[in-house]
Amino acid sequence: MATAMTTDPTTGSEREVVLTVEGLTIVLDPSGRNIDDEVSLWIREGEVLGLVGESASGKTTAATSLLAHQRRGAKIAGGEITIDGKDVLALGDADLRTIRGGLISYVPQDSSASLNPALRIGTQLMEILDAHDFGGSGAEREARLAEMMAEVLLPSDHDFLRRYPHQLSGGQQQRVAIAMAFANRPRVIVLDEPTTALDVTTQAHVLDTIRDLTRQYGVAALYVTHDLAVVANLADRIAVMYAGRIVEIGTKEELFESGQHPYTRKLLSSIPDITGERALKGIPGWAPRPGQRPPGCAFTPRCDWAIEKCSEEFPPVDGPTAEHRVRCWRWQEVGAQAAETDVVLRDRSLDACETVEKTVISVRDLIAFYQRKETLHDIDVTLCERRCLSLVGESGSGKTTLARCIAGLHQHKIVGDIEFMGKPLARDARDRPRATRQAIQYIFQSPYSSLNPRKTIRQILAAPLKVFFDLSRDEMEARMEKALEQVALDATLLNRYPDQLSGGERQRVAIARGLAAEPTVLVCDEVTSWLDVSVQAAIIELLANLQREMGLSMLFVTHNLALVRSISQEVAVMNEGRIVEHGGVDAVLEDPQADYTKKLLSDTPTI
Amino acid sequence: MSDVTAITDSEVVGLQTVHAGRRRAEWIMTVQEAWGMGRTKIGVGIFGFIVALAVVGPWIAPYSPTEFVGLPFASPSGEAWLGTDYIGRDVVTRVLYGGRTVITLALAATLIGLGVGVTLGLITGYARRWVDETLMRILDVVLAFPQIVLALLFVSIVGPKLWLIVLMVGIGHAPRIARVIRAATLEVAQRDFVRAAEAFGVSRLKIIFSEILPSTTSPLLVEFGLRLTYSIGLIAGLSFLGFGLQPPAADWGLMINENRIGITVQPWPVLMPVVLIGILTIGTNLIADGMGRALIGIERDTGGT
Repeated sequence: MATAMTTDPTTGSEREVVLTVEGLTIVLDPSGRNIDDEVSLWIREGEVLGLVGESASGKTTAATSLLAHQRRGAKIAGGEITIDGKDVLALGDADLRTIRGGLISYVPQDSSASLNPALRIGTQLMEILDAHDFGGSGAEREARLAEMMAEVLLPSDHDFLRRYPHQLSGGQQQRVAIAMAFANRPRVIVLDEPTTALDVTTQAHVLDTIRDLTRQYGVAALYVTHDLAVVANLADRIAVMYAGRIVEIGTKEELFESGQHPYTRKLLSSIPDITGERALKGIPGWAPRPGQRPPGCAFTPRCDWAIEKCSEEFPPVDGPTAEHRVRCWRWQEVGAQAAETDVVLRDRSLDACETVEKTVISVRDLIAFYQRKETLHDIDVTLCERRCLSLVGESGSGKTTLARCIAGLHQHKIVGDIEFMGKPLARDARDRPRATRQAIQYIFQSPYSSLNPRKTIRQILAAPLKVFFDLSRDEMEARMEKALEQVALDATLLNRYPDQLSGGERQRVAIARGLAAEPTVLVCDEVTSWLDVSVQAAIIELLANLQREMGLSMLFVTHNLALVRSISQEVAVMNEGRIVEHGGVDAVLEDPQADYTKKLLSDTPTI
Repeated sequence: MSDVTAITDSEVVGLQTVHAGRRRAEWIMTVQEAWGMGRTKIGVGIFGFIVALAVVGPWIAPYSPTEFVGLPFASPSGEAWLGTDYIGRDVVTRVLYGGRTVITLALAATLIGLGVGVTLGLITGYARRWVDETLMRILDVVLAFPQIVLALLFVSIVGPKLWLIVLMVGIGHAPRIARVIRAATLEVAQRDFVRAAEAFGVSRLKIIFSEILPSTTSPLLVEFGLRLTYSIGLIAGLSFLGFGLQPPAADWGLMINENRIGITVQPWPVLMPVVLIGILTIGTNLIADGMGRALIGIERDTGGT
């Protein structure tokens, strides 16, 4: 089965195949559970292959195994990895040390954690050249060092090289990591979500650098990511991974325009669309973890196309061409359906403004401090009844601080007015009257941190009910069930603990807890940033519906400009503690006035 | 009417079972992990053996602890297997009777220390700012005294009362326990579920005991084992110095003191309590160590993602 996938992969391209992976299987060591199953792929020189998958799909484990590295508890149980005809898995430790950082190199997800904080960056960069004895002489290596820095658009002067990693910005650190990876002119480079921790602007620049360097030096690059939008701009070919298996592989155009696997298609429609033409559609359920994967095709429980055979046997490698490969029993039927039929247009009638607008929350001349430092400057913003206002900005722009000020969670000094229904709000939620605390509900960014792991869902949902209402036990139970129903969860979850739920379910519980208080204002702080795209889309759908049905006023904080149109009617763009632009979503996104908004728009990756 | 009550009650019972079942499972996770280690098994074996000895000792003892069975410092013989003490009482009997006080007093002192220490740790960790600063500086002062000196100071003022010894050993533990719990609290208090409770307006006391305390149970378990070890040593030490049980009561610490003059002639009445106290502390320490290692292991497993 696996061999069919690599049958003469060179057809259709004259470029040489550098890396071939065949039938790679990785298991968890004592239990023998599969993390990765029959992973087969190939990359030509100068080509970027995007390896896309949701959390726990085994993409990082597969990627690091290309360096014959196995994380603790994982073991390569079968398969073959060849680079330029050399069998990587057959190499001994000494040989591996030679090829790692030489023939094949790696760029980690978080370079701030992988650079040694105690060594100057010049020392660290020189280290990798020395280790592989680049060029054979010191002078040669000095020259290469300067060249490397130029390649990644960093200064190569003495002062800069003498800096420590903490003296660099996140983007600069990632550039240093990329320079290190390209240092010895490798044949293959593995990039493990290198831009996830970066802001969109920095991300755009880093992606450009990666693309240029790969082309220029004919490197075969594997780019691992959960973000299809990033891959759309960078990769030549894409492999979609689900539950440890590559379910579809093909060129970018093939996948985006005529995806043959239901998962690929669904994944595409769950990507936020910055143009706002397309409605966001989530995939019900979540990606299973190793050990919890169903038999047969693991996507079966979430798939509209599933037939009986799907849960019995994992389909063989098949597909329209030798280059475009799919693993689905019904790929021909799926493929025959035009991609456009997946697209559900967004219901734009909802954007129409109601003429009578009532201000619910108004913020005037707000200045907020973090300890002694002023982090918000002269903020003026209003939230109208039954409207959703998106607050967009990069990290450090002050968007969360503003949201927390409104919710009464900002623990440092603030100056200025925040009014709710025309009455000023106290800084600290505790000093606000009960009715106000009830009316404004805050949903936190991480559902892993906002639910007490030692409490059942029942106890978690009971907290707001006990504080805000005087209810009998039966009434409480009924309210809790209603709140769970509103977020499309089953009442049987009440006896569970948060760690027995998936990330998406946890975030739904957090939303249900907010709704249980029967609020009029919902403040959502980056509520989807911890979730997979398919789950993110489902949560956004849910919030948008709730907001409409319950007539909530919503403040939606996000770093992702592409999400804005799917949920809100108004948008405020923040930068460095100031609101730089504020208006209706269409007006701001189609005709941005502020330079910062323009930059943000052009840097946001889209498909 | 009674039917309605019955249903509600059974629901409550049902709820608590789920609750207790899970909380025990949390607890068992650490304990099970610890039990998997040889050191913990040995520790539990030692501790169990000595506690059993102290509990059933009085029933299996051949004589009364105050009965004279031979000459002072008589060597081991058929009547007295380990000989006699400085006034001719049976060493085996005195050893069997003498463990109870050390173990019960040590347990009581540890519990007092935990009660005070945990409360202070939670308050300082959650309140921060001036409350934290003030309380912690006071605790630092207590911490500056060696525990035995602190206990001696008060015992010499008030007199050798057992309750005072227990109290002073417990209070001596409190700052040390408070530091550990404060560190755990600082970490937990930062999490968003505490923010969420604050935003609802849940009272501070409730946040401390209902939201934060359950998340500190695992370090608490380790502290308990560790402080019990110290308590045993301290209580035995105070007893040796003559501030514990008074003669003619049988007590290990006291026995060492009473019989030390004859150690060259008849070592058993000194040696036996010394060995038993020694291995008892080794036992509790092994348990605490096992728990500590298990705790780190568990945190490593669930800390990711």
